[in-house]
Amino acid sequence: MNIIVVGLSHKTAPVEIRERLAFAPTAMEKPLHELLALPTVTEGVIVSTCNRVELYACSRDTDACIGQLKRFLASFHNIPLEQLESHLYDYQGEDAIRHVFRVSSSLDSMVIGEPQILGQIKTAYGYATEFKTVGLILNRFLHKAFSVAKRVRTETDIASNAVSVSFAAVELARKIFGSLEDKKVLLIGAGEMCELAARHFLNNGASSVTVTNRTFERAVKLAEEFQGQAVPFDEFPQRLHQIDIVLTSTGAPNFILGHEKMEEVIRKRKNKPMFLIDIAVPRDIDPRVNKIDNIYLYDVDDLQGVVQANLKERHKEAKKAEVIIDQEIGQFFRWLGCLDVVPTIVSLRKKLEEIRQGELQKTFANLKNLDPKERQAIEALTSAIINKVLHQPTTVLKQAQNDSAGSDYVDAVRTLFALEPPPSDDN
Amino acid sequence: MSVNILFFKITLILYSVSTVLYLVDVVRRKEKSGKTGKIARWILLGGFMLHCATLVARYVEAGYTPVANLHESLSFFAWTLVGIFLLFDMRYRMTVLGAFSCPLAVILMLVGSTATTAIKEMNPALDSWWFPIHVTLAFLGNAVFTVAFIAGVMYLLQERMLKSKKFSALYYRLPSLDVLDDINYKCLSIGFPLMTMGIISGAVWANSAWGGYWRWDPKETWALITWFLYAALLHGRLTVGWRGRRAAIFAIIGFLCLLFTFLGVNLLLSDLHSFKAMQGR
Repeated sequence: MNIIVVGLSHKTAPVEIRERLAFAPTAMEKPLHELLALPTVTEGVIVSTCNRVELYACSRDTDACIGQLKRFLASFHNIPLEQLESHLYDYQGEDAIRHVFRVSSSLDSMVIGEPQILGQIKTAYGYATEFKTVGLILNRFLHKAFSVAKRVRTETDIASNAVSVSFAAVELARKIFGSLEDKKVLLIGAGEMCELAARHFLNNGASSVTVTNRTFERAVKLAEEFQGQAVPFDEFPQRLHQIDIVLTSTGAPNFILGHEKMEEVIRKRKNKPMFLIDIAVPRDIDPRVNKIDNIYLYDVDDLQGVVQANLKERHKEAKKAEVIIDQEIGQFFRWLGCLDVVPTIVSLRKKLEEIRQGELQKTFANLKNLDPKERQAIEALTSAIINKVLHQPTTVLKQAQNDSAGSDYVDAVRTLFALEPPPSDDN
Repeated sequence: MSVNILFFKITLILYSVSTVLYLVDVVRRKEKSGKTGKIARWILLGGFMLHCATLVARYVEAGYTPVANLHESLSFFAWTLVGIFLLFDMRYRMTVLGAFSCPLAVILMLVGSTATTAIKEMNPALDSWWFPIHVTLAFLGNAVFTVAFIAGVMYLLQERMLKSKKFSALYYRLPSLDVLDDINYKCLSIGFPLMTMGIISGAVWANSAWGGYWRWDPKETWALITWFLYAALLHGRLTVGWRGRRAAIFAIIGFLCLLFTFLGVNLLLSDLHSFKAMQGR
């Protein structure tokens, strides 16, 4: 039994292709059933996000299955396969396992370490269980992928530290103020990045957002969004000393906050620290302000620098994650290998033969007066019993080998007869 | 080897192990402390318990509160420092504070282990109840100010990184400026009364021993200078709004004065507080 992955992602296909291949989350039943109906596919899952479309399948006939999966993707979306072919990748066996472990651990994401992908795979798996297109192997496989992702998250720093400018600002603020509770934010001017940052500050405990703008109406409108207060543009300097965090992004050609003004403000605040974030280009705040004690000024480049450093750190952590994944692959691959019918029958026979030999020796040790003929008869008798007992299970296993129930039987036999230490990987 | 020396040595080993673990834990670039930090804390706690036993054993053997010579004083100082750190750790749970305090305690103990450990008779004139009260208050004050010093150093490091926008691994482990400043203030408001009472109890003790409250010996003078420094910082904090960097620098200077008062005076200048004076001549 083999695990196969066919699909494309942001790394291999532009958005124009990806959007055409996307599966609607509201209508997963049809594609899932069609996927399972493919002759070589015994189990299947469809993962469809804005950055990737992937099919996970189980099959005995790997090569035929890959072809069928590709054709399925093309025909389901009415796209000629030739147009798709160059964007598609396929993995099988160990590579497929590694790929899915990497995807779920967010090592293959556009921004490494972003956690959404795990949730998306969980949702995809949810559809597959709802429409019963997964069996023993993919069940075990995806649960394993989830636990690997969890291990990566807890054992590495892959997801710590912000990789967006607005989150980086929040993290810096935390290092200055500790808790952001009852911190007051002032938003000067408007701009997407500033508004986003203001929202993050609010979500992280800041007590209020005050908005000011050269056009007062815009300030009022924006203030409503934050349930804050709007202040006329020429009045905000008088309130500056009550503010802990300032976000500016005006289109002003000159500095709107100078060195002297800020020195006065910090005096008025009795040196309570202030965090100024200047996202405007050209800048709104005189960079010399950063030299004032207890004022921390970050412009857009500084924040980008923090983000870049954090990203670099994530890439370093990703290497640790690969090591974890390597360990987990080996374990899972061994379990998968055990699911084949023929080796199972062989080891079952071996096990029973061992038992037979053991018991025979005990018996012969007690019955020392047997002549060779009698001994032969007993040997024949015991082997016949084993053959008879094994006949039916062997037939069933061999028949089941070609449908999806096969692995279940194999797994059951292995467990019932304790054929090998069961892989302990569901933790 | 007497029991107290044996205990002292084991304590020193435990503190050293704990220090190494704290440092190992702190160099990892993680927001929170890991298992190593927890183990370090438990080992330190074990070391502290043993240190308590060391002091008791020494007290029993010597028959006086064991803060009468350099060895004893350094050991006592380390003991108060670790104790105060453990108290602060209960509130702030900061492995990084341990990574700074433990090495200091180890250094104090190491220096202490090189000094002579012999027990001599106590000068009968000085043997009174004021002695343990005076030294305990003074050393508790010292320990609290040591924590303030450590917080000050951490503040300056963290502030440097936030200002220069260049972050080392320590940035992630050091607490926020606000917390560090808060520690500075807490230490000041605990340490200052302790120090004040230490000086007053010393004066009372001096009066009962020598019949005079204050003699302007170098130790007293330096203690007073240190006291004024901390008084200025406390005043600045409460009225003018000193905080952050300035408070951190003050805490560091204050600590250096303290160190000189404690060690420099005893070792460099000879006076009534010198350890020789403590023992019967």
